[in-house]
Amino acid sequence: MSSPTSTPGGRKRGRNTNPSTPSSEGPTSPPSQRRRGQDSSTGDLMPMPTSPATDMLSPAAPQDNSLLSSPRPSGTNLLPNEVDMSSPLMYGTPSSRVEGTPRSGVRGTPARQRPDLGSVRKAPQVDLQSEPPSADGAVTSESNTGQRLVIWGTDVNVGTCKEKFQRKVMVFISVVGDPVLNVNCLHVQSFDAELYRQLICYPQEVIPTFDMAVNELFFERFPDSILEFQIQVRPYNALKTRNMRNLNPEDIDQLITISGMVIRTSQLIPEMQEAFFQCQVCAFSTRVEVDRGRIAEPSVCRNCNTTHSLAIVHNRSVFSDKQMVKIQESPEDMPAGQTPHTTIVYAHNDLVDKVQPGDRINITGVYRAVPMRANPRQSNVKSVYKTHIDAIHFHKTDEKRLHGLDEDAEQKLFTEDRVQTLKELAAKPDVYERLSSALAPSIYEHEDIKKGILLQLFGGARKDFSQTGRGNFRADVNILLCGDPGTSKSQLLQYVYNLVPRGQYTSGKGSSAVGLTAYVMRDPETRQLVLQTGALVLSDNGICCIDEFDKMSDSTRSVLHEVMEQQTLSIAKAGIICQLNARTSVLAAANPIESQWNPKKTTIENIQLPHTLLSRFDLIFLMLDPQDEAYDRRLAHHLVSLYYQSEEQIEEEFLDMAVLRDYIAYARTYINPRLSEEASQALIEAYVDMRKIGSGRGMVSAYPRQLESLIRLAEAHAKVRFSEKVETIDVEEAKRLHREALKQSATDPRTGFVDISILTTGMSATARKRKEEVAQALKKLIQAKGKTPAMKYQQLLEDLRGQSENAITKELFDEALRALADEDYLTVTGKTVRLLA
Amino acid sequence: MPSTHDWINNPLGVVEGMFAASQNNPNSGWEAKAVEFFKDHLKEKDAHTWVPSLNDVPLHYLKPNSLVKFRCLIQDMFDPEFYMGVYEAVDPSTKVLRCGKYKDVTECGVDFDSRNTVTAERQTFYCVPIPGENPWVKEISSSCLGFVQARVVPSTSYAPTRQKRSYEEDDDMDDMDTQMQREPHTGPQSPTEQHGNGDCKRRETEAPSSQTAPASHLDLNFPLPGEKGPSCLVKVYEDWDGFKLNDTLEVFGILSVSPALSALADKKDASSSLLDPTECMETAEEQRVHSPPASLVPRLHVLYAKPLPHNNPLLPSATLEDNSAFLSSTLSEMASVRAELLTFLTPILLGDALAAEYLILHLISNVYSRRDVLPLGKFTLNLSGCPTVASYTERFYQIIQQLVPSSYYLGMSLQNMNQMRFVPKKDYSANRLVSGALQLARNTSLFLDETQLEQGQLDTAGVRNVTALGNLITWQKVDYDFNYHQMEFPCNINVLIASEGRSLLPSDCQIHLQSQITPPHMEEYLSSIHVHPQASQLNKFRMYLSVARLLNYSISDEVTKSVEDDFVDMRKDDPQSISAEDLHRMLVVARLLSLSLGQTSLSRDSWLRAKHIELLRRSRMEQHTCVNGNEP
Repeated sequence: MSSPTSTPGGRKRGRNTNPSTPSSEGPTSPPSQRRRGQDSSTGDLMPMPTSPATDMLSPAAPQDNSLLSSPRPSGTNLLPNEVDMSSPLMYGTPSSRVEGTPRSGVRGTPARQRPDLGSVRKAPQVDLQSEPPSADGAVTSESNTGQRLVIWGTDVNVGTCKEKFQRKVMVFISVVGDPVLNVNCLHVQSFDAELYRQLICYPQEVIPTFDMAVNELFFERFPDSILEFQIQVRPYNALKTRNMRNLNPEDIDQLITISGMVIRTSQLIPEMQEAFFQCQVCAFSTRVEVDRGRIAEPSVCRNCNTTHSLAIVHNRSVFSDKQMVKIQESPEDMPAGQTPHTTIVYAHNDLVDKVQPGDRINITGVYRAVPMRANPRQSNVKSVYKTHIDAIHFHKTDEKRLHGLDEDAEQKLFTEDRVQTLKELAAKPDVYERLSSALAPSIYEHEDIKKGILLQLFGGARKDFSQTGRGNFRADVNILLCGDPGTSKSQLLQYVYNLVPRGQYTSGKGSSAVGLTAYVMRDPETRQLVLQTGALVLSDNGICCIDEFDKMSDSTRSVLHEVMEQQTLSIAKAGIICQLNARTSVLAAANPIESQWNPKKTTIENIQLPHTLLSRFDLIFLMLDPQDEAYDRRLAHHLVSLYYQSEEQIEEEFLDMAVLRDYIAYARTYINPRLSEEASQALIEAYVDMRKIGSGRGMVSAYPRQLESLIRLAEAHAKVRFSEKVETIDVEEAKRLHREALKQSATDPRTGFVDISILTTGMSATARKRKEEVAQALKKLIQAKGKTPAMKYQQLLEDLRGQSENAITKELFDEALRALADEDYLTVTGKTVRLLA
Repeated sequence: MPSTHDWINNPLGVVEGMFAASQNNPNSGWEAKAVEFFKDHLKEKDAHTWVPSLNDVPLHYLKPNSLVKFRCLIQDMFDPEFYMGVYEAVDPSTKVLRCGKYKDVTECGVDFDSRNTVTAERQTFYCVPIPGENPWVKEISSSCLGFVQARVVPSTSYAPTRQKRSYEEDDDMDDMDTQMQREPHTGPQSPTEQHGNGDCKRRETEAPSSQTAPASHLDLNFPLPGEKGPSCLVKVYEDWDGFKLNDTLEVFGILSVSPALSALADKKDASSSLLDPTECMETAEEQRVHSPPASLVPRLHVLYAKPLPHNNPLLPSATLEDNSAFLSSTLSEMASVRAELLTFLTPILLGDALAAEYLILHLISNVYSRRDVLPLGKFTLNLSGCPTVASYTERFYQIIQQLVPSSYYLGMSLQNMNQMRFVPKKDYSANRLVSGALQLARNTSLFLDETQLEQGQLDTAGVRNVTALGNLITWQKVDYDFNYHQMEFPCNINVLIASEGRSLLPSDCQIHLQSQITPPHMEEYLSSIHVHPQASQLNKFRMYLSVARLLNYSISDEVTKSVEDDFVDMRKDDPQSISAEDLHRMLVVARLLSLSLGQTSLSRDSWLRAKHIELLRRSRMEQHTCVNGNEP
């Protein structure tokens, strides 16, 4: 480098006393040239011209000390460094190909270009280049020198910025052995919000500064180490924009992180960074840097003055790798009824080929907009910009899915407020009922089934016994719904499938063993054999809903054995032998063997599935038509109300599906309950009881598997409460559900037949208790109001809601009113409630 | 030309005037004002009929940069686009700020380095004419338009009466816009452009009044095979989040057919790839899809877009609530029209009045709400027992076609099931959603002809298609195939299945035709059915069906109570006879029955009548079961 400040010699402490002057430097450098970034390769090159900005700015360097706004650090070692670094010599213009290259002790380590940052910037830079000549004469003016301390067009002060980052690195990161340093922007933010803001707004300037800081720190500590190339800083997890849909013109040239799915990757593209020209006459060679995709071919040889004698030599030119990656919005982020957006991403150097189509990734990069090129032959140009992202960091979110659990991927970002809402909800005494009633509100009653499915959604706690040779314990709950046609089984399945993020829905009639597991096919593009995964593998960590379970062929059903207990899937086809994870919960629906429940047969005879499979279901629900007048009436009321209630009415009564989804996601991620001593005792007792009942005729007998089921259900119930400990109430509920599911209470133990007439009236005992409580509360409320003979219906409902801790649905309220009316306490006419006294 | 219509002929002038006026006042909000201006003008009496429609007028008769309207369906949504909202001319002598809104191409060299450049964002939708729109809709909407248009907008030089024009004549037209004329001369720069233009010329001589099928090299991506009409890239400047895929819209916007658009697209391949390696990254397919020649796929810059609740041109364009006079007059007539329609349909259904009644209910059904996953109001009808002679089903479909605004006949032949694309699929190399037959606008009638089914084997695609049809009927949704995942799009399609026996597809309601005609006379009878009733009568029917579908509906508390009581009573007698599902269906039947009579709330009478016809239908099914013996 011609500039003395950037040669190693110039970095001596004494430099302060011997500053270069602008006049001594100015003439040597043609102002139109831009400075080159690669200073470590100066040895065999002809002196490179420096940019005018550099020349103009270098004299400011000595003044830096006095002008720096940050207090001068007391450590003497830092002082000269700071002077040097804070001089924008290296970073004189934002447009220059900035290199993170400190010069001390880095002789053996080549710098590496950062094409991800070096992309073309448009409007501001030209102004900059035209400015220096005017500023040249005014070096001493205070205003000018003050400005020079920051990178042009930004408010980034290199020195302060770098110092901050070094301090930050000291705080957060120990020494790295990798030439790449990934920096979580969240840490940057918690360290210094101002630095974070600068990083987000001016990544092109700040990241090279970070590079510089890190390298300096590194070589200070390990002066003799030689790396492949200098350390590059790769920030990730910038919080500014998370969603592709939110990108807007304000994000241009800023650091963003978005999530998406890779849909296409291009071939590797060698992009010329620097062209090598050789004179055909005198073999004089010169290098020209590619500027905005253009090479300015030198027309005259500087050595022999022959015109048009220079020819490009391709294999001595410098290229960098580049790849176009197309990403598409992840389906979860999309509003309903719209198609996903796509964005082009350019990956550079070692980021090339890091991702494959189909990968879910979080990408951090700089958002760019490039105008469509003006064509020389046309005055009109398309007034549209092309946008892309220069990738700085990729994070695959599903990297480990096939092999282990990826905690990161499961982690959904919850805002403080959201967590607070969820915790408040969890603290409510009736959270279990609330959530279960929020599940598929359009489906009438079947409360226990909804509760069972709710527990399935939460799942048990994952336990690892691989140390003792047992492997992983299944944490997922499997449920079988068996019942008469037309008891809205399919609708429940469809609802669950829509609720969970990774759900699959198949019908037993239409699916083969292959469709459920995996199949091998020839990829139409590459003509290679590829493994295509089926529904069970796709719903890993989700729920696989299988309708018409009874219509499935036996061979198909048999593949479920492995999945439902070991939670893996072994495949041996077409030379591919592997074991895939299928940690999925199965929610299956089946009709009884005669399609209608036969009350003359036992439960087992009616279901008619092999024991081996039945025992793998934690809960088997019988959905029977109770055939009871009161039930019919409530059902009719429910159905009719579906057809005339407005949307708003529904919404106010039930929890939002989004809240429910978040609640489940939060509990699944953060709550990991463990058994308490009492709970273990209760479980043992419950199991012994189950064995006793199970030995009765025609019952589903209990195996040790059922003990595990009880544990899982109890854990899931504890999760619903956001409790880290499984307590006796959890076990009680698990036991109750297990019993209720099979209608064991309604089964005649002698014959094993289910007596439909003893079936509960469709309303569980707890629900009945709640109805009475609400009626009492309502009575109290009315009494408290004193002597008002008539009240508005709506007003009363709202008062009661305001007063009660529990959720009061309109139905519940109506029933309470009806109960009070039965007591002859009041009458309801239309929308007014009258007291009878 | 009357100056009052400048806003139609030169809308950009209006926009630019407002932009220029706003320069001194930065907070003037001129953009909102401009949109407001056009909205107000369109609200004026009949104003919207003055605007030429892209649906009816061939593209080459329309004046570039004039205001046009387009009745369309959003087939695909492209990525948002950043454009220069405000830019500065590079030429120092004319160094003025210019407005880039509502334009594809800048008018002069752009000073990219100017600080005054404002980048703004807009969204592009790929729109096609409403799929399956029946000929009568097109006829009526163009006939009420063509007349006015020829009078008011002479510069479009389009009169529907003129059928043929020669090439020479075309050039001689003095009032033709200059840019239009330039097109043939600038065209030859690019091979595709030339091709496109050649197409245009050929088309003019062959079929001047309608756009022909797309040229083979460019698939215009219509959902249904054999569709015609222009497709359009619609650029939306505000509130694009409010639009959904498959929405039907009437778009008022500025037509842009600048040849520079296509020229730009082509030149990139040739010369600029060296200049900028990033530009050649887009595949050729993607180029073709996202910037097709403007002569084939014009651009439309939206000033005002309104969602269409229906596409029946006979109905006034204002919503029913706003037009109470119209509403009350039609409501009072509805019962009589219904009776007429019933007598019209009964002979077509071989004299089966009950089936005709159910057919009316089916034709006015509509998914009016969804409760979590459950669509409410759908009424898929399976008409079993259709005779297979004398192409009865086709005749029957022709009648339906005369009655509803849009419909599609799908013969469920093995070949169709195995080879047709039903479900839209994302093509990642061209970055677009390749349409399928099930990408239909709301309230389209889908006629499935199961009598076409023959013995054979369904292959993988066929099974997938049948599953998609099943999902459509049960859940009123279609799972679009995005290769790596599927995405669910709710829809609202009336499915009518004509079959011999019970259909293999699920349905909400099955009715077996009871033919009053003995089989030997069938053929004779069928050929004697008059397919063409009087136009006035037909229009009455068309109006009736569309209005009935748009009415609001409620159930009073008293009726609720009696419905509940009825249900409990029925269950008491025989719990097997009626299930929750039956109640669901009866509620839908009652709703549709009330609406078909023009009643907006359920009365006791309608409920009893609904119960009665359901009873008749069920008894018929039981009879049929006995005869057939193989029904479940």
